[in-house]
Amino acid sequence: MSNAALEIRALRKSYRNGFEALKGIDLTVAEGSFFALLGPNGAGKSTTIGIVTSLISKTSGKVQVFGHDLDREVQEVKRNIGLVPQEFNFNNFEPVAEVVVNQAGYYGIPRREAWKRARHYLGELGLWDKRQDMARTLSGGMKRRLMIARALVHEPRLLILDEPTAGVDIELRRSMWEFLQDINCDGRSIILTTHYLEEAERLCRNIAIIDHGHIVANTTMRGLLAKLDTETVVLELRAAAQRLPDHDSIRLRRIDELTLEADINRGEDLNTLFQLLDGAGIHVQSMRNKTNRLEELFVRMTRAVESADRGIRSAP
Amino acid sequence: MKPLHLHENWTALRTIVTKEVLRFARIWVQTVLPPMVTMALYFIIFGGLIGSRIGEMEGIRYMDFIVPGLIMLAVITNSYSNVVSSFFSSKFQRHIEELLVSPVPNSLIILGFVGGGVARGLAVGVAVTLVSLFFSPFSLHSLTVTVSVVVMTSVVFALAGLINGVFARNFDDISIVPTFVLTPLTYLGGVFYSVSLLPDFWQAVSQLNPILYMVNAFRYGLLGTSDLSLTVSYAIIIGFILGLYLFALTLLNRGVGVRN
Repeated sequence: MSNAALEIRALRKSYRNGFEALKGIDLTVAEGSFFALLGPNGAGKSTTIGIVTSLISKTSGKVQVFGHDLDREVQEVKRNIGLVPQEFNFNNFEPVAEVVVNQAGYYGIPRREAWKRARHYLGELGLWDKRQDMARTLSGGMKRRLMIARALVHEPRLLILDEPTAGVDIELRRSMWEFLQDINCDGRSIILTTHYLEEAERLCRNIAIIDHGHIVANTTMRGLLAKLDTETVVLELRAAAQRLPDHDSIRLRRIDELTLEADINRGEDLNTLFQLLDGAGIHVQSMRNKTNRLEELFVRMTRAVESADRGIRSAP
Repeated sequence: MKPLHLHENWTALRTIVTKEVLRFARIWVQTVLPPMVTMALYFIIFGGLIGSRIGEMEGIRYMDFIVPGLIMLAVITNSYSNVVSSFFSSKFQRHIEELLVSPVPNSLIILGFVGGGVARGLAVGVAVTLVSLFFSPFSLHSLTVTVSVVVMTSVVFALAGLINGVFARNFDDISIVPTFVLTPLTYLGGVFYSVSLLPDFWQAVSQLNPILYMVNAFRYGLLGTSDLSLTVSYAIIIGFILGLYLFALTLLNRGVGVRN
């Protein structure tokens, strides 16, 4: 029996229209990890999550959750997972507390204990005061938090969050990050899909990138970021530069009269860049990263798969 | 496989049934009141105004004759519509996923929804019976037959409503069966007349209508009179319960209409 929170082997999913959403993916999520599953729209993230949570039937392959096989021990698998889906999927015409208490009931938790847990999780997520309000009256951010409370009420060992902070303002997003980090520190394994790559980089220790039904990376966040061989910064100048200096490990290019971009090789420090600019009489007013580091890698990796797929499609 | 323990299953079932009962109880003005008003109109127009000219049916005052059929009509339509609308809206709003991701077995999901449908069917049945007391004295020939037939009939139509809900893809799909199948079959199921009045050919055709057996068995329970054999009626009702339950279970196990 595996100790992994989630183990997926050769998982395939083909739809009736012939579309192959998953093309035999392998994935391991260690127990206790905070794991990012990233990919562009339609890459296969939600299909993977749907299969693991029994909302989508797989075509072939094996899925195990804490060693329990999805085909043979589906109820044990379900008992160990809490799901926060991408779209709101609670009864809009039920009071907030009932959404959570009923969910506990489906897991066989007696009503008194269910209310105790509902009070705890709704309180933690700032929704206890809204417990008697109809779910439909909540704001978008509150609805997301309600789904988190509902997913936690049966105290699953693995929490799966599909785009949990989509449409949530930055302040609330940060408080949700803190909450998720706290429950991860308590030993709960978390799988997160997100479009905010900053979120993945900040929260997750492990990462997989899925694209066109393939896993294109499955490693630690640190290991993945180490693959980034260059970093690009954008420089806003005080005055137009007359000429751009050359350097072996720093490449400068002009974007407009007062803006430059610098590709800096990994290992090179920023002092070298500033010495180079100073020597050429270029004065920098401000500097920022062109993209988030993870975003840079993500775009590169998913582009590579897209090109490979195009090559396959165009082959005779 | 380690299923939910018995007490956990019981908690899960109770949760679904409570949720379903609260759902229709919260909107009682839309769910319980309208059949009371409709049936009161039936009693006034068919039983009172027209019935007084008809006289007796099978040796029973016409108003008294139609009471069991109209109660049954209310039970059938409400058991069916409660489950079909609840199940379809849970698909439409996607909160059926709350159940699908949980370890509740499909058999309990069926029992839970059916429990809600039966609760509404019986609540409306009792309400319509109370209304009928303004027009007809209460009569009870056999408590066992009356209760067993009304509960089992309610189960049959709650199951049928669930199956309709599984296949439904839009709101039109949940009204087609009640409008074009259920209502005609109920009206032709001996609610307003005795099948013995029909010519032989139409009597034979009527015997293909399962609702005829349910209405007649219920009428027997209340009035002690029936056109048909009670044993055959029970056999048909039980047969439908088993058939529809197994069909519903197969559909949910295969994920038809609920899983991708």
